[in-house]
This record gives sequence, C-alpha cells and structure tokens, in this order.
Amino acid sequence: MTELQYPFDSAFLLKNRRKIRKQLLADGRDRIKKRIAVLGGSTTTDICSMLEIFLLDQGIQPLFYQSEYGQYWQDAMFPNDTLEQFKPDFIYIHTTTRNLTEYHLDMKQSAADCTAAADREFSRFSMMWERLRTTYGCAVIQNNFELPRYRMLGNSDVSDVHGMTNYVLELNSRLNRYAQEHKGFYVHDILSLSACCGLDQWHSEAHWCLYKYAMAVEMIPAFAHNLAKIFKSLLGKNKKAFALDLDNTLWGGVIGDDGVSGIEIGQEGAQGQAYAAFQSYLKAHQSLGVLLTVCSKNEAENARLGLEHPENVLRPDDFRAIRANWEPKSGNIAEIAAELTLLPESFVFVDDNPAERAIVRGQLPGVAVPELEQVEEYIRVLDRNSYFEVTDFSEDDAARDEMYRANAARTQQAAQFENYTDYLLSLEMHAEISPFSELYLPRITQLTNKSNQFNLTTRRYTESEMREVLQSDRHIHLCGRLADRFGDNGIVALTIGEMQGDRLEIQLWLMSCRVLKRDMELAMLDTLVAYCRRAGIRTIHGVYLPTAKNGMVRELYATFGFKKLSESEDGESHWELSVDGYSKQNHVIDVKLGEEATV
Amino acid sequence: MSNEAILNRLTDVFRDVFDDDSIVISAQTTANDIEEWDSIEHINLISAVEAEFGMRFQMKEVSGMKNVGEMLAILAERASK
Repeated sequence: MTELQYPFDSAFLLKNRRKIRKQLLADGRDRIKKRIAVLGGSTTTDICSMLEIFLLDQGIQPLFYQSEYGQYWQDAMFPNDTLEQFKPDFIYIHTTTRNLTEYHLDMKQSAADCTAAADREFSRFSMMWERLRTTYGCAVIQNNFELPRYRMLGNSDVSDVHGMTNYVLELNSRLNRYAQEHKGFYVHDILSLSACCGLDQWHSEAHWCLYKYAMAVEMIPAFAHNLAKIFKSLLGKNKKAFALDLDNTLWGGVIGDDGVSGIEIGQEGAQGQAYAAFQSYLKAHQSLGVLLTVCSKNEAENARLGLEHPENVLRPDDFRAIRANWEPKSGNIAEIAAELTLLPESFVFVDDNPAERAIVRGQLPGVAVPELEQVEEYIRVLDRNSYFEVTDFSEDDAARDEMYRANAARTQQAAQFENYTDYLLSLEMHAEISPFSELYLPRITQLTNKSNQFNLTTRRYTESEMREVLQSDRHIHLCGRLADRFGDNGIVALTIGEMQGDRLEIQLWLMSCRVLKRDMELAMLDTLVAYCRRAGIRTIHGVYLPTAKNGMVRELYATFGFKKLSESEDGESHWELSVDGYSKQNHVIDVKLGEEATV
Repeated sequence: MSNEAILNRLTDVFRDVFDDDSIVISAQTTANDIEEWDSIEHINLISAVEAEFGMRFQMKEVSGMKNVGEMLAILAERASK
C-alpha cells in the first residue's frame, strides 16, 4: 500500500488505521501468522495497532500479547502462564530512556561510581534477555535508548561521565556488544530514528504525562514502520534486487535527446554530483548481496553509451541484467525476474517518472515502488524504506552477487552445448549432502523462510525449531551444498522427514531457484533414499501444499517416480515412493556425503 | 469559522477515527455516547483533531475536556486551518 511507504502521512495513518486495517485484511493475500509478545515499559497499545498495519502490508499477520502497563520486567523475570501458553515467535521489549532507573546526576561521583551504575542497569536488562532466551527460545527484539530530552551539563552532557547523554550512549554501546555476541537478539534502533525525527518532535512531555507514551503520539507511525522492518527481514520478506531506470534516475537528462556528453553525472555541477552520490549508494548494496539491474525506456545503443560514460560510479559489469527497450516496464521487470529466477515481488523499482511507477504498481503489485521526486532526495527515501534490512546476514548473502555473475557465465556455457546433459556434465558439479549441523543452522533457517517457488510445503521454521529438528532422533534431515567450475552456490537444498514406523513423512522439501535444472533435487532424493534404507524405512510419503507461488513443483513427486495417492479440490496432493527397488537418478553431480559418510 | 463548520469537520474526524459513518455529534456529546470512545481512542481522537485543525491542545485542556462543546470552544479560538 503506497500510503504505508516512507514518506508517509502520519496523521492520516493514525486517523484512518481502522479503515486501513480492514482494507488490508480484505485483500485476499496469504499471510504468515506470527505471535508477538510485546513487553512494555510504557504504553504499547497504539504501537501494536500501528505495527499491525505495517506488518499486514508486508504479508505478516501478527497476534499480540501485551504486558500490563509497564510490566516488562516482571513479565520477563517471573513464571508467567499466559505468556508461556501464548508461545511467542518473537518477544519485543519496548523500553526507552524513560525506563532507566540507575542514573542520577551527582557531580561528586567518581568515574568508577558512574560505571558501576551502568553495570547495574545493564545487568538488569541482560538478566532479562537471558531468562527470555532460556524460557521461550525465540528471537528477542530490544529498543536501544534514545537521547534524553534535556542536558543538565549542556554540551558536556555527552562527554562527561556524569552526563545522562554519556550514560545513555554507554548503555547503547554495551547493548550493541551484546547483540554482536548473541544470535537471535536484535536491536531496534530508536537512537537513530529519534534523531531522524528530531528529538524535540520525538519527546512529548504532554503525551508522557497524559498517556504514558514514551514518545509523541505523532511519532508512532514512524516508530512502528521502523520496527516492522526487523520482523519482515527475519521472516524473509526483504527485497533482493533493484530495477533501475536510467534517464533522470541514474544520471541527469535524457540520453536520447541530450547525447552522451549532455547527461549530468560526475563531479561537475551539483546535479551530476548528486547522481554520482546516488550511484555510489546503489553500488554499496552489492556488498549486501543486492542485485542491480537496469530497466529503461531507451534505444539499447543509447543505454549502452550512457552506462559507459566514464564519470559513472556504476559500470556495465555491475548489472546482472539490462533491459533497454520500448516495452512496458512491468513486462521487462517480470522478464528480468524470470531470468534471475527471482519473483517480481523481490524487486524495488526505482524510476523518477510517476507514470512508469503507476504502471508497475498496477501490473506487478508485489514490487516495491518508492515515490521519488528530486535526485537529492532519492537516497533518503530508499534508505528509510529499508528494503534490504539486515538481520541475520549470512555468508550466502555476501556471495549472492558473485553467484549471479557465475550464473551468467553458465548461461553462456550452456549455449555451446546442444545436449543438456553434456552441458550439465561440463559444469563439473559436486555436491556435499549431509545432515543439518549447528554451523549451517542460520543459513538453513534463512533458506527455509524465504524459499517460495521450489518449496513443496512452504512450512516456516524459526532457528530454535530448526535446532529441535537437528537434535531429534525421529527426523531425517539433509542439507545440500552445490559447487561447480564457476563457483560455490552454498547451501541450496533442504529436506526434513519425520519417521513414523517404517514410513517417512516428508515435512519440508525445498531448493533455491538459483540451481534449478541442475539435477540437484535428484541428488537429494538419492541421498534421502540411502538414509531411509539405513533407518529401515520402507516407504516415503510426500505432500504438495499449493500456494500462489509454488506451482513449479506441483508435479515434482511425479517426476521423482512417486505414486499419487490422492488429490483434493484445492490442489493438495499426497504421494508415496517405495524405497525397495529405487535406483539412483542423479548422473551428473558428483556427490560427497558429509559427516556420516558411511551410507 | 462558524461553530457549525467546525462541528461538521469534527464529525468527519470522529467518523474516520471510529470508522463509523453513522456517528452524529453535538456540543453535548460525551465519551459515554460513543461506544468505542475509551481512553485509548481518546488519544487518537485528540491527535486527529489536532492534525485536522492545525493546532495543539494544551495538556490541561486534554485532561479537563468534558464534552464536544468544550473541544469546539477551544477550536473556535485556536484553529489555524
């Protein structure tokens, strides 16, 4: 919903939240349901209602538990049946500088006294996080601390050990260290957000005294928007790629009219500098694993000339796909997505032209289309929308751009072969297939939560649920890593089956689309059957649960040689494979079995 | 701005906040007359009225306001748009 993108009209959202909520719930979209416990040190009612709207917009339907007013610590530290029965997927602790209890201004204190106060304060929080982790085993999200609303020591409040500003920043740096050292713990950064909004706007003594809100009511939409980003990132709803217009988006002017020497880019002139800064901002996304592509209405030759302009920060080689033609952009984005085996909804479309934005928004509703007007505003608008919010950054994310580069090389290679099997053999693929291990757990969880297309059941698991599977002796679990002469794709395929007597129920079967048509799924099946034989399993039972996105695997079990047992009207189908008499199907990948290589 | 004009705009704000187009208010309306007007919705109502009329209530006004009539009187004096 455009109204829910930055920059948004806070007053409009606050006033119309009921209507917006109703509209979102009526749009017929499939949403993941998640249970969020909100433990508050101040009022949380409107924070939850606004957060709900932003989450619904991201395809997440939250169910909230809210602590009684100000009871965050009690709720966390003492046995709590209601909260335990609620079984939260996430615990969010809504505390702010208002909740600090150990700070008192006393100029007679020594530096050691000041540190001791921070120690006491911090341990009150860290004790709580530890208990939540051991009791609930779910992700914990914690606000950091915003700057205080007055400075008793004036400018020295920040540098003097007695100052409250100094104290708040000290706590924040401890909080950051804790987050660095603890998986599943995330900082909601209200220190930056409150600065972006302006501290004088942020703090409202009136709203604190009247309603016990820790920030002005008008700030709640910005607050909830920022908070929602963490949830959507953890739930695999980040975007993955940019589709970028060229004229007046990456450079100033229209190359077809102004010619390559007439466009504005580089250090000459204010406009040129602003476009260069924007290109640098985009380029930095490669380090986050975000793919850059071009989608421009232009003659292909003009686009090429523009992209080769020596003042560009982005080079032609930085783009994983380039479409410059006169076709509708919605079609071009859909094509680029297919070429990169991504869904259109993984794209952020960046275009200065409102008409193009409207078409893409209308034709490809999942694509994020930020409202852009002036080049000097581009970075702020994209940045505040945090399309690529980093939470559990994996090795795989870091290597993604490189992997897609390698894919382009594979495509070229494929063109040289008439026979597809010869091409596959020429890739010199080797796979490592092994039971889950602690080391790979973050990647396994991440892959599970973001795979939509090649996914038979689309079941989502938190990292702790995955750990339960790993530790269970009733489950067979396999993860597969695929490498070839062009590079390592990392962990790309997962299978989880539950043993029931001599039957294996497949609960999860998925694969990254980046390795489609490489026979990796056959290598996985061969290995699964080998594990089944060793465990005395006679039959493997699989189910296909249809979603809007997983049509490509509707017949996967059939191609595997499973027998269809039943199919319901909504497309759900059940399949069975007899382990006896199964013979290996993968002949192109050299498979090494990890860990328990005795199979 | 006449009291009637203010009351009309105020009615629209009430209808949006409570998402109920059948709401009719008068100077005598109090929180007891609108089922969903509780202390939580009061917060939203105040902030929506402030945004609509481009003004801010003082803290003591918010805590002392007894009915729509008192809100009207303050708006008649201070509305900037």
